[in-house]
Amino acid sequence: MAILITENTRVIVQGMSGRIGQFHAADMIKHGTNVVSGVTPGKGGETLLDRPLFNTVREAVDATGAEASLLFVPPPFAADAIMEAADAGIRTAVCVTDGIPAQDMMRVKRYLRRYPESRKLRLIGPNCAGIISPGKGFMGIMPPHIYMPGRVGIIGRSGTLGYEAASQMKALGIGVSTSVGIGGDPINGSSFRDILELFQQDPETDAVMMIGEIGGPQEAEAAAWAAKHMTKPIVAYIAGLSAPKGRKMGHAGAIISAFGESAQEKVEILTAAGITVAPNPSAMGETMARVLTQRRAAA
Amino acid sequence: MDIHEYQAKEILGRFGVPVPKGGLAYSPEQAAYRARELGGNAWVVKAQVHAGGRGAAGGVKLCCSVDEVQNYASSLFGRQLVTKQTDQAGKGVYRLWVEPACDIAKELYLGFVLDRKTERIMIVASAHGGMEIEDLAETDPQSLRRMTIDPAAGLVEFQARELAFGLGLAGKQVNQMVTVLQACYRAYRDLDAMMVEINPLVITGSGDLLAVDAKMSFDTNALFRRPEIAELRDRSQEDPRESTAGDHGLAYVGLTGDIGCIINGAGLAMATMDMIKLAGGEPANFLDIGGGASPERVVRAFRTVLADPIVSVILVNIFAGINRCDWVAEGVVKAYREVGMTIPVVVRLAGTNVEEGKAILQESGLPLITADTLAEAAAKAVAVRPKLAA
Repeated sequence: MAILITENTRVIVQGMSGRIGQFHAADMIKHGTNVVSGVTPGKGGETLLDRPLFNTVREAVDATGAEASLLFVPPPFAADAIMEAADAGIRTAVCVTDGIPAQDMMRVKRYLRRYPESRKLRLIGPNCAGIISPGKGFMGIMPPHIYMPGRVGIIGRSGTLGYEAASQMKALGIGVSTSVGIGGDPINGSSFRDILELFQQDPETDAVMMIGEIGGPQEAEAAAWAAKHMTKPIVAYIAGLSAPKGRKMGHAGAIISAFGESAQEKVEILTAAGITVAPNPSAMGETMARVLTQRRAAA
Repeated sequence: MDIHEYQAKEILGRFGVPVPKGGLAYSPEQAAYRARELGGNAWVVKAQVHAGGRGAAGGVKLCCSVDEVQNYASSLFGRQLVTKQTDQAGKGVYRLWVEPACDIAKELYLGFVLDRKTERIMIVASAHGGMEIEDLAETDPQSLRRMTIDPAAGLVEFQARELAFGLGLAGKQVNQMVTVLQACYRAYRDLDAMMVEINPLVITGSGDLLAVDAKMSFDTNALFRRPEIAELRDRSQEDPRESTAGDHGLAYVGLTGDIGCIINGAGLAMATMDMIKLAGGEPANFLDIGGGASPERVVRAFRTVLADPIVSVILVNIFAGINRCDWVAEGVVKAYREVGMTIPVVVRLAGTNVEEGKAILQESGLPLITADTLAEAAAKAVAVRPKLAA
């Protein structure tokens, strides 16, 4: 099962003909992802990586039955490309693009609400590393070899800190069901809470590693939801203990601008909700190992 | 991106916010000339810096003669103004804004921000203006009124009226407030702002609304389509280390510790800084070299970090996804030789092409300190710092 992507998911790549799009599409194909076509306006009819290119997402969906799209579209055009995917009936879109204007994302989020639940687009990102179900497929820019297939889900804002968690777990023999990068922007498609819900429902996930950072209300929202609805254990880490207030730390959304947005405050909120917080970023793997052992002993 | 008060007033004035007339000065003589030009017998002289808390820091003064304007201006120009919102270095004063003093009956607070919870533009207002919003939120949270705006409908008039009445306004002030609110909202929306703040929004002696101070900040991701805003950037108000790093595609934030950090990815960079702190050290900076970093970009990162004289050790932590450890290693070796390194360098590499990267470091013969894990790297960086003279 895993969530969001399996070996059967039919994936298109919006912006596949660009240098970066082509590089990563080739890597995805090499690792078994079912990439069925690319979309680049004006390049319809051409072939790339043995796959057809289409002018519009709708044509790609009609011709290939694609259900997921990975976007490598430059920031000025990315919001439009996401809305195009939603309108064409794509169910999961992963947007890697960093630098989309905040008001464009406001528009996208509102646009997505116009579709009924049964055909609504689930957006992951933007400004994220993507999603991977190890051994099955991935949509994104991560190095797939650092993930071991297994039963722990990962949700994180940061790409590289997610890699760090996956490799710490791999070193301890703990594998990953699916890893989801939700991205570092202030307005993003899916929140920690949204992905926690998917992991809670996934029979192939036993526990979740949640990697947050300073800024925004999403970790606190996730904690409140988890305290009520989550039966699977969560291990968390919040980056930015040493980040000064009011300064943007790389990610557009990583800025402490309100109460409850510092790492210390988030750690307190998560702990109060019964979530095990790793004491430092080098201990994410061992904390998960400990929680899994306790869980097994209790069962 | 922040802009100056006078620029924010000019923009908001264009959208329909009542702002005082005033004049910009680049010298004490010009400030005196502006006062004469504006007329009257009392003026407010305001240092134009990208920081709040200017009044308490001595950057704003009511002057009752043209001589006083000129003297005060002389004392401000070229000075570093240190306010509650700046670091210890403060912000340089190179421009002054001169306005006729106005008769203040009451001060309100008005702010527009991006609310991440509702993912909408939110208005925050209070009948008790004049002080910083952070202080207001602490001392008088009851007075804060919040309202979010549906992007499809925009700020509708009844909402604006509700807020005006809620703030205790009456008579002509209500319609004036509706105008102010809609003007601020349109400016926010049409110019890709991230923050608009009028504090104080004054009710004058004659009962009219007037924006006596204004602040705007803009979404840097949208500057590509707002060239007129991009032009307002004032590099004199930025940390030069950060501006230079930004010019070279590096996200850098200067901090106060002595362990220089070169890392890929914002999250990993923050986590590494945390690890340094937990190991008993203090990071000198946040620096994300980004994806697909070439050896040249790594060299540039070294130069950026070394430009800070406090740095006594460098910690490189790379978890390569789209980056390549061999490229980073090449960059480290190149930087070490080119800059004539005199301080210890700790390197931790993981991910794509890690073995090739490690081999390059090994074969270089340089006295690099290597580490396999994040914890080990931080511990080694803290341990090798030159001992401070006791």
